[in-house]
Amino acid sequence: MQLQKEGKKQSGGGPELSIDSVTRTGSKPKIASVRKTWSMFWKAVVLMGFIFPFLWMISTSLQTFEETMKFPPTWIPASLQWSNFVEAMSSGPFLTYFKNSVIVTTSIILIQLAVMIPAAYAFAQYKFFGNKILFGMVLLAFMIPGQVTFIPVYLMLADAGMIKSLWPQILPFMSNAFGIFLLRQYFMQIPQEIVESARLDNASEFKIIWKIMIPMSMPAISTVALFSFVSHWNDYFWPLVMTDSEAVRPLTMGIAMLRETEGISNWHIIMAGNVVLVVPILIVYLFASRQIVKAFVYSGIK
Amino acid sequence: MAAIEFVNVTQAFEKNVIIKDLNLKIEDGKFTVLVGPSGCGKTTLLRMIAGLDRQTAGSVLIGGEDVTDIAPGQRGVAMVFQNYALYPTMTVRENIEFGLKNNKVSKEERNRLVESISETVGLSPYLNRKPSALSGGQRQRVALARAMVKKPSVFLMDEPLSNLDAKLRAQMRIELIELHKKLGTTFVYVTHDQVEAMSMADTIVLMNQGRIQQEAAPEDIYRQPNNLFAAQFIGVPPMNVGDLGMDGVKFGFRPEGAVLTAERTDSHFGVRGRIVTREMLGSETIYQVKTKQHAFMIKCTEDQFTVDQEVFLGVDASKIFFFRQDEHRIAQDDVRHAAYMAALRGQQHE
Repeated sequence: MQLQKEGKKQSGGGPELSIDSVTRTGSKPKIASVRKTWSMFWKAVVLMGFIFPFLWMISTSLQTFEETMKFPPTWIPASLQWSNFVEAMSSGPFLTYFKNSVIVTTSIILIQLAVMIPAAYAFAQYKFFGNKILFGMVLLAFMIPGQVTFIPVYLMLADAGMIKSLWPQILPFMSNAFGIFLLRQYFMQIPQEIVESARLDNASEFKIIWKIMIPMSMPAISTVALFSFVSHWNDYFWPLVMTDSEAVRPLTMGIAMLRETEGISNWHIIMAGNVVLVVPILIVYLFASRQIVKAFVYSGIK
Repeated sequence: MAAIEFVNVTQAFEKNVIIKDLNLKIEDGKFTVLVGPSGCGKTTLLRMIAGLDRQTAGSVLIGGEDVTDIAPGQRGVAMVFQNYALYPTMTVRENIEFGLKNNKVSKEERNRLVESISETVGLSPYLNRKPSALSGGQRQRVALARAMVKKPSVFLMDEPLSNLDAKLRAQMRIELIELHKKLGTTFVYVTHDQVEAMSMADTIVLMNQGRIQQEAAPEDIYRQPNNLFAAQFIGVPPMNVGDLGMDGVKFGFRPEGAVLTAERTDSHFGVRGRIVTREMLGSETIYQVKTKQHAFMIKCTEDQFTVDQEVFLGVDASKIFFFRQDEHRIAQDDVRHAAYMAALRGQQHE
């Protein structure tokens, strides 16, 4: 009987345990949801930190002068002032600036790709005399900032009579050490058998690069091209030093000059100019990011 | 079709000599399998035929012509890699016709060849798919089709079945044998799996540490192994080997060469032992029998014994091999053979 009783007692303890475990498991999702909310909150704070200047720029570019001067500040303009864009663009030869920026940035990217891809392929695929030293020099070039070299480069290009052309903004950036480094690492990850297979298929080295390496390395190539585009499209220092006439100045200098032509307090016009400067970057980013995603699908198979 | 010949070939990577002074002739139209443990130099040989690595010394001849200075794509060879090495950004069709395009084959001819090859290997419904959308077996077929479409004089295969599951591997083995029969081309196949070598080869080239251990037909290499390495590499389980206790000589017999009995028999070599493990494989059972000095693996067609049972192991004289101290097999007509046989008989039932 005692045994039976004890048995009952034990079995009676069962549900108690299970209630306890239910409350315990019930608290777990609660903690998880608090954690999730907390993390969402911080993400939102960080996002606001990044997006605030951007939204501020767009909002200001569509306000009237009076709205920009108001306190507390206006977030949504009473009526959208598209005329700010027209005014910004007509305050100087903006079409020329824009054209110069497009020519300079596009040329830099095309030349860089033409130089970088074969160089990275050679560093990744071939063992040749001085391979390591040359690659070390590439990495060294990667570490030297433009501010160190701009005077000799300027003197050299001035001697060559190029200052009145777009070349001083293009030629010094023909090669991109970071790009060579990144692409070399990427090319080295491509299975050697694929390249060997192409060699057995009688493909020339050019064809191997064009048909095998480039399509397989689109994520890396898109990333390098995107970084290069953003840095050269937004470049202000180099054209400031290298240009001395309106005919060869890029958009960044035009926008900077808006402060002088429109006056320091005309923020709505300056911001309209900035929006014009930023839009191409957004378009290129959207295109490149889609390429990166597409290309990542290929890298899944070996 | 073409025969392949290695003449005094040495291959070294920096200071590491992989192959030294190797001479080998691979016959025209034969299915030759290079087999050996990892690092024995078999893939190195294959890559030299393909032209992917250049030999340090000596020459490689294909169809009697020295191909040392000929680019891989112009040697008339095709290769199937272990991981297939398909071009992931191209469709199946583009993968197959890439080599043809590089060889400037006209579009009509290309289409005709791709259609007929994909029909042969059963890839027709998948021509417009990317390799990532195919199963392992289908990728293997694409790799085969890509090699076949070029109509090479030599097919090179570097462990092409090792990424497949056991069932598909067995099926592909049969398909490769049939393919070889149909094409009649020289096949050179590299594997570390002796079952693949035994089942597919016309000739097996067994390698170890950069040297050829034996070059023979599968049945010859199994029945008449040149040395201890060949005896122990070919065959599952490998040949049982024991010390004779005389001149450093070792004796050996195949797992199926011994008979297990509950009572003593009058075999040439007989010894008492205990069954330690039993592996029931369906049509046969493999017992591990521990004797006083050795542990032997015995293959029986009947499953009569249990673990821990005491048994008698008997081997006929005709099933026994002897190996010298330098591991070479002692031929039956060797003067010492009879003496070693007598010595082994003397060890009866220890």
